[in-house]
Amino acid sequence: MIPAQLAQLSTQALYASMAALACAMVAFAVQLARLTPREQTPATSERVLVGAGASAAGADGGDTRPGDAPSVGGAEPVGASSGARAPRRGGNLAMSLTWLGALLLLASAVLRGLAVMRVPVANLYEFAVAGCITTLFTYLIVSLRRPMRWLGLLVVLPVLSVLGVALVSWYVPAAELAPALDSYWIAIHVPIAIISIGIFTVAFAVLVAQMLVTRREHIRAIQGEAAGRSRLDAWPDSDRLDRIAYSLHVVAMPLWTFTIIAGAIWGQKAWGTYWSWDPKEVWSFVIWALYAAYLHARATSGWKRNRANLIAVAGYVAILLNVTVVNFFFSGLHTYTGVQ
Amino acid sequence: MAQPRLGPAGWARFLWRQLTSMRTALLLLLLVAIAAIPGSVFPQRAIDLGAVDRYLDAHPTGGRILDALQMFDVYTSVWFSAIYLLLVVSLVGCIIPRTMTFWRQLAAPPPAVPRRPERIGPHLTLTTGATPEEVVAQARALMKRRYRLRREDDTGPGEVAAERGYLREAGNILFHYGVVAVIVALAAGYLVGWKGDRIVSVGEGFANTRSSYFTFSGGPLVDGKDLQPFLVHLDDLAVRFEQNVDSGQVGAPREFKATTTVRDTPGAPPRREVLEVNHPLQFDDAEVYLLANGYSPVVTVRDASGKVVYSQPTPFLPQDANYRSTGAVKVPAALPKSLGLSGVFLPTAVMSDGKAGQDGDEFPDVDSAFPDAKAPVLVLSVYEGNLFPDAAPQSVYALRTTALTQVKGVDGKPLRLMLRPGDRATLPGGRGTVEFERLDRWVGISTRYDPVKDAAMWSSILMLIGLIASLLIKRRRVFIRATPQGDGSRVLVAGLAQREDAALGMHLRDLASDLVERLPAGTKIDGPDPTEES
Repeated sequence: MIPAQLAQLSTQALYASMAALACAMVAFAVQLARLTPREQTPATSERVLVGAGASAAGADGGDTRPGDAPSVGGAEPVGASSGARAPRRGGNLAMSLTWLGALLLLASAVLRGLAVMRVPVANLYEFAVAGCITTLFTYLIVSLRRPMRWLGLLVVLPVLSVLGVALVSWYVPAAELAPALDSYWIAIHVPIAIISIGIFTVAFAVLVAQMLVTRREHIRAIQGEAAGRSRLDAWPDSDRLDRIAYSLHVVAMPLWTFTIIAGAIWGQKAWGTYWSWDPKEVWSFVIWALYAAYLHARATSGWKRNRANLIAVAGYVAILLNVTVVNFFFSGLHTYTGVQ
Repeated sequence: MAQPRLGPAGWARFLWRQLTSMRTALLLLLLVAIAAIPGSVFPQRAIDLGAVDRYLDAHPTGGRILDALQMFDVYTSVWFSAIYLLLVVSLVGCIIPRTMTFWRQLAAPPPAVPRRPERIGPHLTLTTGATPEEVVAQARALMKRRYRLRREDDTGPGEVAAERGYLREAGNILFHYGVVAVIVALAAGYLVGWKGDRIVSVGEGFANTRSSYFTFSGGPLVDGKDLQPFLVHLDDLAVRFEQNVDSGQVGAPREFKATTTVRDTPGAPPRREVLEVNHPLQFDDAEVYLLANGYSPVVTVRDASGKVVYSQPTPFLPQDANYRSTGAVKVPAALPKSLGLSGVFLPTAVMSDGKAGQDGDEFPDVDSAFPDAKAPVLVLSVYEGNLFPDAAPQSVYALRTTALTQVKGVDGKPLRLMLRPGDRATLPGGRGTVEFERLDRWVGISTRYDPVKDAAMWSSILMLIGLIASLLIKRRRVFIRATPQGDGSRVLVAGLAQREDAALGMHLRDLASDLVERLPAGTKIDGPDPTEES
């Protein structure tokens, strides 16, 4: 097959993927809408129990396992996501569609790579598509190990939006590499950066969920029964969301560190200097410092968990700025968007 | 209530405690992230001096204020340096005591089984037909490979106390030392490193001496005297640009490949070496990088008698992606007066809409449509008079026209030469001839010396290893207490995590099932389920 045909197939696979993801999004939304908390919500958090006072504890406590109540800090609350069991079928459909969309997107990237015989990460369009792939697969792989359907909408919706922008505003035809990019380091530095960003993205989605749930728990703690019922009650409790986000950050952070180190080694080869405070380097450092601060804040007594999470949110904002504003408005050595 | 007064030593200790506290380190880390940002927003002198000058011209007042705040030298500014130096001090002040604590921990045994281990974390119980002594023996045998065990004679009857994951703290400490080492390597590289930039036309060469570079900048400890005397000769430069219209990137660079002949010292045997972007020339002490390229029209100027007064490849500097290039030819030896030619070189010349080049361009009506030399044309205006009116240094690529007058053609308009390779133009008034003999190319090279860069790389790799260890290794304590129950015993297995450790429950369950396999048949786990997974 000639390269032009491969490139065309790649675009078609992207459209197909977007169609599958759009269906997945609808399925996730329907599933979320049907996701009603059970009559007796389990004791989702020790803090809620304490805050809600004795009556709420009495009402909610029926579901707690024996042996949990007296534990001080170690015992895990009952699996809160068991509330998500009821509309599982809709969730399964959404997950299958997400798998389909992710695999089609992967096919799109592979076809584009074949069309130009190189790693398809050399301009902003390819970068965005690859970032969507790693985001989707991070989500899907995590969901193999624990129920994550509740997060689906928060992952698929941003992915679809990014794919739309990439296609409309950032698309460039498949082409050969510029000499500055023509190095085996492009197959190391850039993919690791993209995997890292994919994991940071899912971690950010979990943090958004965590903030919503924290707020909901707060309201329940203050208003008790008067808080009424919310779909958020069926989501995992804020402690667990916080832990999921933390474990994702813990994986993403070394990858980001590696990205910077590999970039520095490549920079030394290409530009003769491993660190020149180029805008992309500056922002990579800012991202690194912010996430390092997040990890430190978690280990610092006296820092509230939610405040630490805000630092991680700032880190993600820096990532978004780095791939958008820095690319378009700050001139530097990393000018590879290909967008005219 | 009377407060005890702090003496100078007390104050110093107080400030040191504050500085080395985790809160301060955290604050400094956030500050350094924020402080780095202006360097990406405003042009930096260290990166692009010209961009700073243009910014100052465009924003006279704001620019002066920003300059006073060192916004154009962010990474060497007082405030940025202050933040990162404080951060380093805080880091060192935190990590050294931590290393010593860790050292003592390595020497100390794991702590004894607490009175109520089931109250401190996830736990489960087993019932077995084995006696407590057998349980202890089996548990110790099972755990001795993966855990540090507290000595048996130091543990209560029927108890096992164990700890694992010491590498977590080791990794943490390694990471922080790695960070310090990277910063030290950066600083050392700045002190002893240097770089020299110059342009070399095809067919020319240069020696690695300070004077052969057009610009040379080095750290405070660099005198630039004893450089390795290697020689580089540029034999050829192959270039390729995107020609495929369907790619949407016509004219984008695709390949720059220079062929060079190098000698490590003047007497050494010559070697053929390829110099490419991403593929520098390696010498013992320095690397030579290919950073730019352009065209060097070979211009020959003869006086009225036909004597050659100027003949050499003359580099023109590209101004845009299509290599519309500007340059100057300075001929002090011309007769009757010194001649200066300035203008543009167009590798693929086209007529333009009159807006080509930057504001004030001499020839806005001609432009280049493609970066490769498909239809090269050299467009020049001619000046005569004093080329060097003052002693001030001037650019090689532009004329200083203050003491020059423009030569006019027979029609009375300023003379304009349009030359293709091989063309020769006769200047009016017996001023001789100008010939565009042929077209050469040049490369912009940069020689860099940083003996500390390998140290920086290895430090950063150690840092990464430490980071991975500190984030992924879990420090866990396991306590086992077997109490007699009927003929056998009831066994409590409890765990304690140092930090967030979602998998501790699962780990305990695995440990318990391994233990079950070693104990007599009939042993079973009673619960509770210590894992959080639903």
